[in-house]
Amino acid sequence: MHATATLEEADRLMTVCNSCRYCEGLCAVFPAMEMRRSFSDGDLNYLANLCHGCSACYYDCQFSPPHEFNVNIPVTLARARHESYAHYAWPGVFAGSFRRNGLAISLIAALSVTAFIAGFVAWHGSATLFGIHTGPGAFYRLMPHNAMAALFGAAFLYMLVATGMGLAAFWRNIGEPSRTLTQGSSSLWQAAKDAAQLRYLDGGGVGCMNDNEQPRDRRRLFHHFTFYGFLLCFGSTSVATLYHYLLGIEAPYPWYDLPVLLGTLGGLGLIIGPLGLLHEKIRRDRAILDRDSMGMDVAFIVMLFLTSLTGLLLLVLRETPAMGLLLALHLGVVFALFITMPYGKFVHGLYRFAALVRYAKEGREFSH
Amino acid sequence: MASSPSPFPSQTWDVIVVGGGNAALCAAISARRLGASVLVLEAAPKFYRGGNTRHTRNMRCAHDAATEILTGPYTEDEFWDDLQRVTQGQTDEDLARFMIAESKEMLTWIVEQGVRFQPSLGGTLSLGRTNSFFLGGGRAMLNALYRTAETLGVEVRYDSEVVGLEIADGHLSAVQVRCGSAAARLAARALVAASGGFEANIGWLKEGWGEIAENFLIRGTPYNRGTVLRMLIDHGATQIGDPTQCHAVAIDARAPKFDGGIITRLDCVVYGIVVNRNAERFYDEGEDIWPKRYAIWGRLVAAQPDQIAYIIFDASSLKLFMPSLFPPIAADSIAELARKLDLPEQKLVATVESFNAAVQPGTFDPLNPDGCRTEGLTPRKSNWARKIEQGPFYAYPVRPGITFTYLGVKVDKAARIIMGDGAPAANMFAAGEIMAGNVLGRGYAAGIGMTIGSVFGRVAGKGAATHARHSHA
Repeated sequence: MHATATLEEADRLMTVCNSCRYCEGLCAVFPAMEMRRSFSDGDLNYLANLCHGCSACYYDCQFSPPHEFNVNIPVTLARARHESYAHYAWPGVFAGSFRRNGLAISLIAALSVTAFIAGFVAWHGSATLFGIHTGPGAFYRLMPHNAMAALFGAAFLYMLVATGMGLAAFWRNIGEPSRTLTQGSSSLWQAAKDAAQLRYLDGGGVGCMNDNEQPRDRRRLFHHFTFYGFLLCFGSTSVATLYHYLLGIEAPYPWYDLPVLLGTLGGLGLIIGPLGLLHEKIRRDRAILDRDSMGMDVAFIVMLFLTSLTGLLLLVLRETPAMGLLLALHLGVVFALFITMPYGKFVHGLYRFAALVRYAKEGREFSH
Repeated sequence: MASSPSPFPSQTWDVIVVGGGNAALCAAISARRLGASVLVLEAAPKFYRGGNTRHTRNMRCAHDAATEILTGPYTEDEFWDDLQRVTQGQTDEDLARFMIAESKEMLTWIVEQGVRFQPSLGGTLSLGRTNSFFLGGGRAMLNALYRTAETLGVEVRYDSEVVGLEIADGHLSAVQVRCGSAAARLAARALVAASGGFEANIGWLKEGWGEIAENFLIRGTPYNRGTVLRMLIDHGATQIGDPTQCHAVAIDARAPKFDGGIITRLDCVVYGIVVNRNAERFYDEGEDIWPKRYAIWGRLVAAQPDQIAYIIFDASSLKLFMPSLFPPIAADSIAELARKLDLPEQKLVATVESFNAAVQPGTFDPLNPDGCRTEGLTPRKSNWARKIEQGPFYAYPVRPGITFTYLGVKVDKAARIIMGDGAPAANMFAAGEIMAGNVLGRGYAAGIGMTIGSVFGRVAGKGAATHARHSHA
């Protein structure tokens, strides 16, 4: 017996798939399944988080609907993944935010933006908000750098603690000992390579499937834009922080300086990637779409897009009266992004990476 | 009743292919590549397209050296020896050797059509040298062939059942087809019949097997009813093969009547004993390794009362074989197991006891013939005989599962259908299960069905396109 109806269904499907195994060349899920004959809740959560949703198995399966065996791996594992995010959420009282995730994230984002606008007006008055500010320290006339650093540092720390707790809960739930992480540098390296290339989002080499049985590789491409765009933006912020505290150079930086270059490149990635992912999501074959996860998926994509859009607009319009409002908008969105990271689609990357680490370890042990 | 507008373009087709599986698509692609206009008529809806190809996973091709996915060479002579052995000589040597020679090129040709291979699947290591496995299985292979065919401009119609062939003096002029309430007469310059066997037609199976066919399960598509095969025979095509010969294995008796596919097969016969409903053993379960014996058990079970049998084994064997869809029936004692299976209790206990008493000491090796055998027991068990004594005890009920039938139409090396007078038909070709009996008179070796389909499909497509081009003049 399993904890949820979704896990019951996942168990049924794994029994079907383990008797067939035709899909074992498509991704990591099926070889991992073959190492087992029975499946605990933790095993199923592990397999669900290992699944990248490429959906090749759905179109390759002779037992997918309308066949009476009704084998739908992409939807069942997407549902199990979504439920597992809530299960691992820390603190547990926030688990409910995964249920109506789109609504929750929209509300938090709106409140956050409102708070920044209200804060700027309360501290400096609307004249300062709509004034023109240029030169070093222009942004800090609206919000002192130390206040910004303290607020975002706290949000970032909270995000680290909450996602770390979730990750620990995942690791315990799948029953993996901690020494896999401490002694398994080759597993970590393998998982990093697999994640960096999205190795398992390619349908075994033909490309993943999305709107029909024609394999196309676009989700992988757009995910690369998004992920590397995100990393570049993160790099931009980190460099800017070093500039500020180590070199004493204050933002805004000229367009050719490293923080702006990284941020602009990353920002473009975070425009193209999320738009592409959203487009693919909308076109997705309803047969392989987990409707219950739609709100969560779209919310995260939109938050990333807004982060980038407001950041780029701020760059372009920073010497106009729109700067103050755009800064509030940008900071509001980024703040909301950080504090909702543990309670949204962001966690998929963490659990999937952890699942890949375990898979790398298991694969090595199994082949011996 | 008004019929809906015809979904079929009204033109004279160079080649009409009947069927939608591996053989049909190979024929359609090769004909289209020679410039022919090609229409594929598939009786099944789109999801069920491709007949039994959906359930396949590999094909057996000769090759002179190891490849990225094949662990070693498999020469034409070795392939021929294997075929001769499994068919016990009931094969057309000329045609079979031709097919084997052509199979070599198939490994690259089929990849050029978009099909992808992978090394042999888990649990099938014994086929790693001889058989090439499709990445994602047979349906993935089929999807790739359809993609290629449609890109080339082959027209495909689903839910389109052929209801008549207009044939005079071995020459086909038109195909009558029905799609829902629409009906059409489609003129064609050549025909490729690649519409499978008749295994889903229980009535026809009964003609060979009698009433017991009612108890058979059909492993694949419910659409292989042999309609076109019957029409061809009625129009004077030479019939080949025995109506009772088919690929039949023992599958889980709890499987659905149709389309249970691979996941209802059971690979545990060699590790236990098999009894009929009288709780009596009836065949040497350990005659040879399972890949060489699984295809005889369908016929063996078909010969038992009520066409049912039970594989009995104990806890020591539970994890030695591939898992399957349904869990085994379990009990703490043989007597309890008999009650659960509704078998005569004392008889089953006695059968297991006398088997256990006859088991000779030996060193058990689950993967190779190990000489662990019985002494003084009829029938004997030649290998893997271990006492059934460690509870819990398990059983799987099994019934004959028919994969495909061998009765078909006779063809020559150009895949041309041979008519009653011994002459090849002018413009009718056959490929796949519908002519498998030319090569497979009986028996089976894994992956040969797909070899027959691909090789003769490609040849038939070429022949049909060439004929159509000449008749344009």
